[in-house]
Amino acid sequence: MSALRAAAGAASGTAGAAGGPPPADDPRVALLTTQLKKVRYRADALIDVLHAVQDIYGYLSPEVLTTVADALQLPPSRVLGVATFYHLFSFEARGDHTCTVCTGTACFVKGADALMAGVTEAYGVAQGATREDGSLSLLEARCIGSCGLAPVALIDGAVVAKATPDALIAAIRTAMEASESAEDAVREAAAGEGGAA
Amino acid sequence: MSGGVDLFDLAQKEREEQAVYRRTVLCCGSTACLSGGAQATQDAIRDVVAEKGLEQDVRLVATGCMGLCSRGPLVKVRSRGEDDVLYADVDADAGRRIAEQHLAAGQPVEERTLSLEHPFFARQVRVVLENMGEIDPNRIEDYIAHGGYRALRDAVSTMTPAGVIDVVQRSGLRGRGGGGYPAGSKWKLLNEAKSDQKTVIANGDEGDPGAYMDRTVMEDDPHRVLEGMAIAAYATGAIKGYIYVRAEYPVAVRRLEQAIRQAKRHKLLGKNLFGTDFSFDVEIRIGAGAFVCGEETALMASIMGQRGTPVLRPPYPTERGLWGHPSMINNVETLANVPTIMRRGADWFANIGTETSRGTKVFALAGKLENTGLIEVPMGITLREIIEEIGGGVAGAKAFKAAQTGGPSGGCIPLKHIDTPMDYDSLLALGSIMGSGGLIVMDEDVAMPDVARFFMRFCMDESCGKCLPCRAGTYEMYELLDALVTGRGTAATLVRLETLCEVVRTNSLCGLGQTAPNPVLSTLHYFRPEYEALLVPDGAHLAGLPGAHVAAAAESASAFADGSERSA
Ligand SMILES: Cc1cc2nc3c(=O)[nH]c(=O)nc-3n(C[C@H](O)[C@H](O)[C@H](O)COP(=O)(O)O)c2cc1C
Ligand code: FES
Repeated sequence: MSALRAAAGAASGTAGAAGGPPPADDPRVALLTTQLKKVRYRADALIDVLHAVQDIYGYLSPEVLTTVADALQLPPSRVLGVATFYHLFSFEARGDHTCTVCTGTACFVKGADALMAGVTEAYGVAQGATREDGSLSLLEARCIGSCGLAPVALIDGAVVAKATPDALIAAIRTAMEASESAEDAVREAAAGEGGAA
Repeated sequence: MSGGVDLFDLAQKEREEQAVYRRTVLCCGSTACLSGGAQATQDAIRDVVAEKGLEQDVRLVATGCMGLCSRGPLVKVRSRGEDDVLYADVDADAGRRIAEQHLAAGQPVEERTLSLEHPFFARQVRVVLENMGEIDPNRIEDYIAHGGYRALRDAVSTMTPAGVIDVVQRSGLRGRGGGGYPAGSKWKLLNEAKSDQKTVIANGDEGDPGAYMDRTVMEDDPHRVLEGMAIAAYATGAIKGYIYVRAEYPVAVRRLEQAIRQAKRHKLLGKNLFGTDFSFDVEIRIGAGAFVCGEETALMASIMGQRGTPVLRPPYPTERGLWGHPSMINNVETLANVPTIMRRGADWFANIGTETSRGTKVFALAGKLENTGLIEVPMGITLREIIEEIGGGVAGAKAFKAAQTGGPSGGCIPLKHIDTPMDYDSLLALGSIMGSGGLIVMDEDVAMPDVARFFMRFCMDESCGKCLPCRAGTYEMYELLDALVTGRGTAATLVRLETLCEVVRTNSLCGLGQTAPNPVLSTLHYFRPEYEALLVPDGAHLAGLPGAHVAAAAESASAFADGSERSA
């Protein structure tokens, strides 16, 4: 899902190194244009396009929604109306990491509430919200189709099966630490390059 | 065979290639087992096979779901001239041992095996899931080698559309999406509609939160869905098909996209199939998280890129569907039955199941059971057989309390009805529904008013907001249930709740609202004392009680919608 975003990130990284791109060179615009061309600017592909926008930008901003409306020749009200109807579309940036607790029936019966409460307490983040420092969003999903392994949660899209609150909290910590050390590595590498130059 | 591929050639070639190997290792590579570490298991087995130089001897296949998800990762070893050996809980270490002992030295690792005579497997009858755990869902050749696309070829090149519909009608196949409408009759309606722009739609929205039958079929046997759709299209005169998949199933989307590409390449989709005039193409549409989009008119709105709000029927989709042209919606599992029915005949299928519910049903067996996973059983099997034999009984020495079928639109079946046969009519008589196949078992620890509140919260969140009885009614019912569960409810609360159930049930526009009260009504019916135990005496807190506007809501609701119809 986030492959597109990663590609955009990588591309913008290069562009940035080349000296800061003017906004029109935002690589995400090109990605979105590719998607729009792929659906041949058909208005009935609106939902597909909104998925692509969320993939590329991480969320739906008013500006991009206006762009989409123009491109598909739809009234902005129609685009916003459709976007707000469906639960999967988000209008705010998500945290660096997401923890999605399944609250489908199988997981409910096996204690999804305790998972949700555990994460809320350990990380001080309410259900459906993002931590103030932007490090973690806590979301809910209605059945991800792994009911045989209930209760389940997703951390950045990876399934944690037969989860307990403690295991889930630990897995979130691992994910957060992994990205921290990755960032450290990037910073060190950057510093190394700087030194070489 | 004129035009296109010769399937027999392809199937023969594939079978010969597979037969070269002395052993085949079928590793469950479905989503559930993958989240349990199946990739590491496969890698470990592959490494040992390479180390020992067994590549010429052993074929490794990542298959679809083998069913017993709670004991995954599952691995099956098939050796020439020997019985299959099934292994459960195969982590990477166990995988390595199996490779070293069984694959290299021919010695099964006894302590990890699970008998295929185990009731979990022995009690099942596989029609829809016949290829699960047998084929590689990424390869069309494997599907064809297992008899795939033969039914389509025979239908298109040797049968009339009316002949195909006749087979489906005689088979007694009913819709597996919940309503149970006879599939053949629906096909006939579309066949009789006059238009050259007809479409068939596979409903893969699978909204019931706690079910994954359709996901598994789409992910692990995607060609079966395409073949079923193509046969439906030939029988009805449709030129185009859509599969509507919920966005929560990205793997299903990828597998279906790949399957469509493969089918096109082999000229099993596209123009002039099998050298005839019949042309058919399939497109995928992805949902975006809205339960109501499983309802057929809402689903069509969503395919057209609009808000997924339902409209009143009639006109039915077969009269007025996508872009105004006649369309037909079938559930994924309904369509997945079709290739096998065509191949093995209507009589064969009609012999499975009961008088009014023919064939099998796939259930996602979940909740507090020893064995959870995906099962396919003949209709008419009793709930007790499913729970005690297939499910291995309630986990942890607890007592069975109830099983929920039909998800948020369904109801519960208590212990005293555990010997009920699972068929459309018996479940309706108990105040539940067959539903799409979610079967969730609850033990004595689960409080039924909690369950009712859980489902009502779901319906409240998912109500599309178009009609008042559902929009306001689900909200009020949720508040009333919440008051009860949190010790703020009085006898009057319960009365209000029951009144409101009736109003919402009879006045809502679509099936979502019409069935939203079901979990409340059925838990009230069977577990009323649990609700009564929650009641507090009339008191000062009554004034602030939610539901004070219920009477008003009820009145305006009755005034609002008269001509509404019951669910499909
Ligand atoms: C609120 C609501 C949700 C539904 N969700 C689904 C669903 O997820 N999958 C499905 O196949 N049918 C669903 N249905 C039933 C469909 O409207 C339709 O009857 C069905 O797809 C027809 O296919 P069938 O005849 O093969 O069962 C739903 C109905 C309602 C009212
Ligand atoms: S209910 Fe949680 S995965 Fe299905």
